[in-house]
Amino acid sequence: MFFPEVIEMSVPRFWRRIHSLYRLEGNKCSKCKTLYFPERNRCIKCNSNEMEPFFYSGYGKVVSYSWVYTPPKGFKSSIPYCLSIIELDEGPRLTTQIVAVDQDEVSIDMPVEFAFRKISSEGEEGVITYGFKFRPKGYPNHKKKKK
Amino acid sequence: MEKIAIVGVGNTKIGEWYENSLRGLTDIAITKALESANIEPKEIESSFIGSMSPGIFNQQEHISALIGPHSGVGAPALRVESACASGSQAMRVAMMAINAGYYDTALVVGVEKMTDLIDIGDVTTALGTASDGEWELGVGATFPALFALMMRAHMHKYGSTLEEFASVAVKNHDNGSLNPDAQFRKKVSMETVMNSRIIADPIRLFDCSPVSDGAAAIILTKESLAKKYTDDPVYITGTGAGTDHIALHQRPDITTMESAKRAVKTAFDMAKIKIKDVDFIEVHDCFTIAEVITLEDVGFCKKGQGGKFSLDGETALNSTISVNPSGGLKAKGHPVGATGIYQVIEVFHQLRNEAGKRQVKKNDIGVTHNIGGSGATCVVNVFSRGD
Repeated sequence: MFFPEVIEMSVPRFWRRIHSLYRLEGNKCSKCKTLYFPERNRCIKCNSNEMEPFFYSGYGKVVSYSWVYTPPKGFKSSIPYCLSIIELDEGPRLTTQIVAVDQDEVSIDMPVEFAFRKISSEGEEGVITYGFKFRPKGYPNHKKKKK
Repeated sequence: MEKIAIVGVGNTKIGEWYENSLRGLTDIAITKALESANIEPKEIESSFIGSMSPGIFNQQEHISALIGPHSGVGAPALRVESACASGSQAMRVAMMAINAGYYDTALVVGVEKMTDLIDIGDVTTALGTASDGEWELGVGATFPALFALMMRAHMHKYGSTLEEFASVAVKNHDNGSLNPDAQFRKKVSMETVMNSRIIADPIRLFDCSPVSDGAAAIILTKESLAKKYTDDPVYITGTGAGTDHIALHQRPDITTMESAKRAVKTAFDMAKIKIKDVDFIEVHDCFTIAEVITLEDVGFCKKGQGGKFSLDGETALNSTISVNPSGGLKAKGHPVGATGIYQVIEVFHQLRNEAGKRQVKKNDIGVTHNIGGSGATCVVNVFSRGD
């Protein structure tokens, strides 16, 4: 019998969406100015097809968070990790991990910033996926700023 | 449009069925349902199977053909999938097929066999495929974690407490202890719930429904034919469904489920009932926070008060509103694609006064509420007797 751990995804599965996977590039409706992340072909608010690229600042705030102890495949080495929904300063939200923090250092509304990181790995020899996570805004001087 | 009647039901106990297979479990459920409706397999004209992920859980797709013929039901079969709401969605498709005039009778089966996987990480991943694979599961999200995000946001916004959430699990275990088909037939204390190990903070083990195996089957027909099979058919008087963005972060308010509100409105309007008419409800308590949010979304209490409503005992058996008399997903168990059909079967027995020690006293109108994913799908149904 086969089990899912032997079902591995192709490398293109992870880099084909390069625009939004490695940097915060989305797009904007040229008509009603609604912002999207990741990009969409069409504005689902005003139904316009006129879209233009939009680059996000990389800053945002925590909407909610959870410290995860039972991970899916590929995330075992980093438990417990902080999974979070963050809201970018420009408006769109996304699910991401918050890094460079201890458990008592994360709170709702905390300002965060973009950080390029390893995301997951398929064992010792498999594909390593990269992408972005978020860390406290102003890292590594964020603690000094507080005072 | 003619009302649809349920004329027979059958299910396995929910639990860890190491001695049986997905096909074997459905065979038990179908056999019981056929006996219950006193119907010949050849009288079944169509069949609809709700199952979330047999491809990952059991390395078996195409289960529409796997199941019916094995149990002597040769009718054309279709598998319907909407994550944990697969069972309810399968029933809706069966209702549409009957009302469209294609068939007079339909067999609806819900099944999930989750314990064939060894590693809990594999099970977590299989379930995680019901979230946004690229933007949630792919960055480390799990279902406990997604519901934990909702729970923390709810606590922050409304001041709900861990004790309030724990009261949901305690109540559902109380009810489950009275249900011979439940996976956990044991009461638990507040301390047990609140001191259990952390899965995805603030969600602990006893906030979560278990990994379960189970199969459930029901037989549907038109109102005009119902009495041919049973003296006491149960009618589906209203049905509604809602679909929202698959990713939680795409929804503006993560402390509510718009899909549920839409499904409730459609189903209640169709059944011509108001919230005060509901006598009991089976809700989708995959995590304690889900039951709290649902109490608010369906309208039993004010927004933000679901936890307090539960801690105050308003949802206990034969209290203000009996919520999850079966024990809910928490205690009865949660074989994901089968859950919607198990909920329907509980309502069927409650309406017919067949629920034994957990029988609700007010039992004229029962409701089921079944969600898929973190609330991207929701199905709500309203049921009553013919009298």
